[in-house]
Amino acid sequence: MTPTIVFPVLIGGLYAAGIYLLLDRSLTRVLLGFLLLGNATNLLLLSTGGPGGMAPILGYSEPEDMSDPLPQALILTAIVITFGVAAFVLAMIHRSWRLARNEAVSTDEEDRRVAARSATDADELDPDELAPEDRPAGHADSLPVRRIPADDVDLPVTGVER
Amino acid sequence: MLALLLLHLAAAALAPLLVRWWGRQAFLALALVPAASFGWIVSRLGSVTDGGDLRETVPWIPTLDLEIVLRLDALALTLAALVTGVGALVLVYCARYVEPDADGTGRFAGTLTAFAGAMLGLVLADDLLLLYVFWELTTVFSFLLIGGDGRRLAARRAASQALVLTTAGGLAMLVGLLLIGRASGTHLLSEVVSKPGSGTAMVAGTLLVLAGAVTKSAMVPFHFWLPAAMEAPTPVSAYLHAAAMVKAGIYLVARLAPGLADQPGWRPVVLGLGAATMLVGGYRALRQTDLKLLLAFGTVSQLGFLVVLMGAGSRELAAAGLAMTLAHALFKSTLFLTVGVIDHATGTRDLRRLSGLGRELPVVAVIGCLGAASMAGVPPLLGFVGKEAAFAGLWDAGLPDRTAAAVVLAVLVLGSALTAGYSARFVWGAFARKREVVEPVGADSRPGALFLAAPAVLALAGLLAGPASPLLEHLVAGYADTLPLFAPEPEHLGLWHGWQPALALSAVSLLGGAALFAGRAAVTRTQRRLAVGASADEGYWNVVQGLDRLSILVTGTTQRGSLPAYLGTILVVVLALPGTLLLTRAPWPGEWRAWDSPVQALVGVVVLAAAAMSLRIRQRLSAVLVVGVTGYGLAVLFALQGAPDLALTQFLVETLTLVTFVLVLRQLPKDISERHRPRERLVRGVIAVGVGALMAAASAVAIGARDAPPVSADYPEEAYGFGGGKNIVNVTLVDIRAWDTLGEISLLVVAATGVASLVFLRRRTGAVDRLDPAAGATHGGDTPAGGGRAPRGRWLAASVTLPPERRSVVLEVITRVLFHTILVFSLYLLFSGHNEPGGGFAGGLVAGLALVLRYLAGGRYELGEAAPVDPGVLLGAGLLFAGATGAGGLFLGAEVLQTAILETTLPVLGDVKLVTSLFFDMGVYLIVVGLVLDVLRSLGAEVDRQEDDDDPIELGEDEVVIR
Repeated sequence: MTPTIVFPVLIGGLYAAGIYLLLDRSLTRVLLGFLLLGNATNLLLLSTGGPGGMAPILGYSEPEDMSDPLPQALILTAIVITFGVAAFVLAMIHRSWRLARNEAVSTDEEDRRVAARSATDADELDPDELAPEDRPAGHADSLPVRRIPADDVDLPVTGVER
Repeated sequence: MLALLLLHLAAAALAPLLVRWWGRQAFLALALVPAASFGWIVSRLGSVTDGGDLRETVPWIPTLDLEIVLRLDALALTLAALVTGVGALVLVYCARYVEPDADGTGRFAGTLTAFAGAMLGLVLADDLLLLYVFWELTTVFSFLLIGGDGRRLAARRAASQALVLTTAGGLAMLVGLLLIGRASGTHLLSEVVSKPGSGTAMVAGTLLVLAGAVTKSAMVPFHFWLPAAMEAPTPVSAYLHAAAMVKAGIYLVARLAPGLADQPGWRPVVLGLGAATMLVGGYRALRQTDLKLLLAFGTVSQLGFLVVLMGAGSRELAAAGLAMTLAHALFKSTLFLTVGVIDHATGTRDLRRLSGLGRELPVVAVIGCLGAASMAGVPPLLGFVGKEAAFAGLWDAGLPDRTAAAVVLAVLVLGSALTAGYSARFVWGAFARKREVVEPVGADSRPGALFLAAPAVLALAGLLAGPASPLLEHLVAGYADTLPLFAPEPEHLGLWHGWQPALALSAVSLLGGAALFAGRAAVTRTQRRLAVGASADEGYWNVVQGLDRLSILVTGTTQRGSLPAYLGTILVVVLALPGTLLLTRAPWPGEWRAWDSPVQALVGVVVLAAAAMSLRIRQRLSAVLVVGVTGYGLAVLFALQGAPDLALTQFLVETLTLVTFVLVLRQLPKDISERHRPRERLVRGVIAVGVGALMAAASAVAIGARDAPPVSADYPEEAYGFGGGKNIVNVTLVDIRAWDTLGEISLLVVAATGVASLVFLRRRTGAVDRLDPAAGATHGGDTPAGGGRAPRGRWLAASVTLPPERRSVVLEVITRVLFHTILVFSLYLLFSGHNEPGGGFAGGLVAGLALVLRYLAGGRYELGEAAPVDPGVLLGAGLLFAGATGAGGLFLGAEVLQTAILETTLPVLGDVKLVTSLFFDMGVYLIVVGLVLDVLRSLGAEVDRQEDDDDPIELGEDEVVIR
């Protein structure tokens, strides 16, 4: 099928604009970029559905004159789902603003912390430094003589087992 | 056999309930299950002694060729009898060991019973994968039993250590089993053993399976998890870590030895690790002061011994190994249970604090001495019989290679001397009167008969089985005869074989043990002097810490914490890989057209201009409007392309999106602040232009490549013939591709729930804001009437609740006039959608817009009056409608979601054609209305409420928000 120039140019332009906005830190602009990307993708689906035609409704046009109904069905649900997801992101913006007075995606502090501590390790407990009753049994040839009830402060101590 | 396994499963599931009813006595009832299994298994003795077997095959997953194949032969019977017999006794023991009011007894009982079932399944399984499943089940139950209630650090560490090690071995074993199965062309253990494959895959598979056996049976260098696992309660140590689970590795070695012992690598690995383990375990047992740890290292040592015997691959050593397995299970569980009794009575297991206990608890002392004597190999106990058979076998032949046999024999004698040494140390430590103990700990209480029953029975069994060992010969031979005999003639089990070298070796090992005990002070000094700083356990922790460091390094390098950076990385990959393909491989279209129509090009220019403007505009609302222009432009393009349904939906959705944006953005600052440096913007621009060009090219290629007839060519015919509708797009949605639509409306439900839960913090939604005449929260002065009916003289029911400056009479009038008209129109769209543009989506959106109008004109109380329902109810009802329609097709004799057409003539309406997919569309309608209502209720009404009530976040008294 012969492509028109309009569709590829339009699709490329919408994608470029959408991606540029998507890479912003402001959630509002991210969402706008997402909407542009959604429009661009719907257009891409539609354009690959072949040349335009009459509405795919029997009695209104003959089957051979109709545009392809399948991409239309796919796009129709995609449009509504885009609305659902956009509403969700808007709710996230609302919440972010309510709680932190900030609608920008800031750098993840936890990631930064992990990156900063490359020299240390997560489990810094050395068996030698533990209290004898917490030591792995095989380590120092010793098991605790008496079990201690619990080592977690906030758990309620219920019964001493032997 | 399957019935036995199911019995265990049922008992395990019932155990918590039984414990709640009967307390610790429930263990006695639970013990009946393994006891009954024991009875059944022993009663099958006659049918397996001559090399016969019993089989049960139940299809499991036929498509994967998986079956539940259970097989009972001499080896399986011996192990199964051990597992069930010791299991029953240990459960009886638990009935007195567990404190009457202890926490978590129900869970403990259930896990222990479930473990017994899994272990029984492990020894009965004949299918390779089934074996693996049971193998890992025992690992998991062992983890749960060691970890206990998870409140102690040491127990948690021991449990995770055992889990990590045995699962790692188990995974290696899984690969090995698959390789072996592939190379041998069968998935049955019995067939693998009788006709093993050959080649590299077989050798690799064998070694990997051995890795599983080595970790499970705590061979060097993985032996350290077993002493650590002594954190578990004593019955668990006696059962899992002496009699049953650690025997799984021994069992696997014994099971495969007849077929695989001659594989290259088998004997060096098995004999080398086994011998080393026997020495290391014995050496370390000699210096333990905790009786339980002493036994644990003794178990490690004995497991090494058993692996040597079972893995040697000769008839004489296999017979000795099976006898020794029985003996070990009997004496080691006796000893563990004895330690449990001592611990219960005195509160300590430290042999430096115990003294003179033999006199205080003579029965316990007799039981303990019987167990220790069997462990040391003193005649006439079963331990002696097994050891003697092993020595005799190795003296005569035992291995294909004489030198190897001599070395192994020397190691075994040395190991047995160590065993005798720590057996003596155990008896001395537990029961003897020691002068150096200044303040001995006495027994607070005397153990009852039931408490002593289990160790007594086990000790007596070990005592009686020695003289009666010729009776075991049939059973042992049933397995051992599957292996080649290297000695001139087979040795039979028995106490007395005449004056022969093996007897002398037994005497040597006992004397050596006596010497080690007599010189225990010197031994301790030497061990202290030889002690090295490193241990396998520390090596394990170092490896674990190294992994931690590595993972932090990798995480720290790749996760920089910036969302644009992550997205940019993804997009660059998209550019690099599909982009390269597109440039090099894609078929470029040969000819181009400018446009379908000039109007299309005009709209395209407008859309592009709007998209370009959206990049520059920093004012929030303007940017939203500009993006909205692209959406409306898209709707025009849809219409031009011949897609009226799409155009309609796009118009409606675009309007709704604008409203939702406004609802949220009214709280935010007017402008979006710039947070990016020029260089970042440049990089973003480059990526954006690149992806845009890529997608433009992709679309051109895709359009050009469309030359095959589309799958939808037959849709028009099918739509009318099967779907009963003329609007093909709508029929596609509700019939041809109804499964898709069902998934997509489920997604809408999820999105709506997500929106609501982000705004309403604690409940899905708050109460519906209805007018309350008593509250009188109005700005109009007079009280509004309830019931949703607008009182005379006012256009809307609840608009008086708005402050005067927010009211608009024009909007109220328009809303009053149009609201019901719009709702009727939405229903029209829903019902006519099957044959004309419209349908559930469009209808639902129109109804949603009607609600938007009510809310905008009259505020949140007006919305409550317009739709006094919980949006969740609408969403749920919609999903139910759609799903029930799908199931309804089944009842009408069709497939799920297939449309049924009912045509009939009614008196007034005339011919009525009812298509069941209409109900599906109603479900879609309800869900879309529910989605819009949810958005309005959360982002509209609830946000209003939070502002009105000056309650930023709805919180309880004891709740805090972590920012």
